[in-house]
Amino acid sequence: MTSRAPVRLDDVRMDEVHLTTPVAPADLARLTLGDVVYLSGALYTAREGVYRKVVDEGCELPADVRALTNVNFHCSPAARVRPDGTYAVEAVTATASFRFGRSMSRWFERSGAKVIVGKAGLTELAYREWFVPHGAVYLTTVGYGMGAAYGRAIRRVAGVHWLRELGIAQALWVLEVERLGPFLVEGDAEGRSLFALANREINLRLEEVYRGLPPYAMRRFGETTARTDEVV
Amino acid sequence: MARPIPLELVEDAARELTARAAIDIPADYREGVARARASERNRLARFVLTEMERNWDIATAERRPMCADTGLPRYYVRAGNEAVVEGGFVGLERALRRATADATATVPLRPNRVHPLTRVDHDNNVGMHAPEVTYAFEPGGDWLDVTTVHKGGLFGTDYRMLFPADGVGGIKRFFVDTLVEFGRRGLACQPAIMGVGLGGSKDTCVRLGKEAACLRLVGSANPDPVIAQLEAELTALGNYVGIGAMGFAGTSLVVATHVEVAYTHTGGLPVAIHSFCLSSRRATARLHPDGRVEFRADPGWFTEHYRRTGIA
Repeated sequence: MTSRAPVRLDDVRMDEVHLTTPVAPADLARLTLGDVVYLSGALYTAREGVYRKVVDEGCELPADVRALTNVNFHCSPAARVRPDGTYAVEAVTATASFRFGRSMSRWFERSGAKVIVGKAGLTELAYREWFVPHGAVYLTTVGYGMGAAYGRAIRRVAGVHWLRELGIAQALWVLEVERLGPFLVEGDAEGRSLFALANREINLRLEEVYRGLPPYAMRRFGETTARTDEVV
Repeated sequence: MARPIPLELVEDAARELTARAAIDIPADYREGVARARASERNRLARFVLTEMERNWDIATAERRPMCADTGLPRYYVRAGNEAVVEGGFVGLERALRRATADATATVPLRPNRVHPLTRVDHDNNVGMHAPEVTYAFEPGGDWLDVTTVHKGGLFGTDYRMLFPADGVGGIKRFFVDTLVEFGRRGLACQPAIMGVGLGGSKDTCVRLGKEAACLRLVGSANPDPVIAQLEAELTALGNYVGIGAMGFAGTSLVVATHVEVAYTHTGGLPVAIHSFCLSSRRATARLHPDGRVEFRADPGWFTEHYRRTGIA
């Protein structure tokens, strides 16, 4: 597997992979950066509101959710509660995951999650510290903003937790999905990152891009001066 | 006294505009993305743009929101100077607020609007100062132009006070800084329509940059040839940075750059930068007192009068 890991963007094979939930550890180990992944089965949404409850306040994740799936989607749906009390979810789009990094290690312990689907990934350092020890991988959504294409893959809303308390956007939605995707493998089982590959190639050009652009007359306190740094 | 524009017409049109904005990608932006895809050499970035086009097709065919983060819905209302609205402009704004709450449930939109501290969510995108309604007036005419814009807004936006000594080089540097910061990993959901506000006081600068991003068609140019030249240079520079869709190394970062300017403090050169994303959502209609509603692609926001061009 190590030999298959791409070292340049041009080496990325973009193999198509279909996973069913709960995703087995052997399937996770086989995922290679840039693989194009489709998911079938069940997953749930959880973001800062749910993490606050489970990680910070110590509430239990509903047992049926934990038993059903090990896939956590960093998103909140464009959803509504119908007059008869059933739910309609028309579109789902991920939200930027790096903001939740601090919660992830404890979250993996509490939830048993092994797959995070989100937007824009985390750093390789974050994967090594928080994901790899828990056997978790990261899939990034594509685009971003494929709400309609992802939304049509939702077969059923299997349940929703903490709706009244957290609101539609922050509640934990359990979704049954069929061939939900495409996602790209961004963080593999060994903590490598597809975006890190991209950033290394972007950084090679930056000196040339900035040539001829003058320094500012006035600097700003606290800003990074290394343009190869990231702001996340 | 002119015939009033019925409030029911305003509310119905605003609901329809909200649905259209959330679901149908504007043609001018879509064509710009198609051009960006055609010249993109990075395979991953090209894959992203092909998938986005598929997403827009599904959204329109199945009447689903193109992106589940349906942004912060807001309105730009431009009234002809002779326009009269049933219930006055207070009534108009109430109708717009009702339309937003209704459409949040029916489209549905994601209820994104929360109190900044308590995080309380009314689940209807309505709250204090929300949705924003910006008013402008135009000489002549008894109509109302209503545009809704649903813009995301966590990444890709920045403001900086530069100085005359920074000049155009400083503007370009700040533009590139912003793109490099937010282009990585595709945080800005590029390729984007970049809006740049130059000058004014801080609030004017930020407002103009946002309106430049959200209320001008891709392919339009500022009527001042010097500013139009800067727009072209910034677009070329942005696509030279080497970041493509989703932050993969590539060229598809900027679909268009729109620059709007306002007279400013003699010692300063404030710059505001905004990016309108892969879900560049806007929709416009003109409402007439006789009940006609004309939907159209171009918000037509930046008129000579709006820019106060030539007023000494």
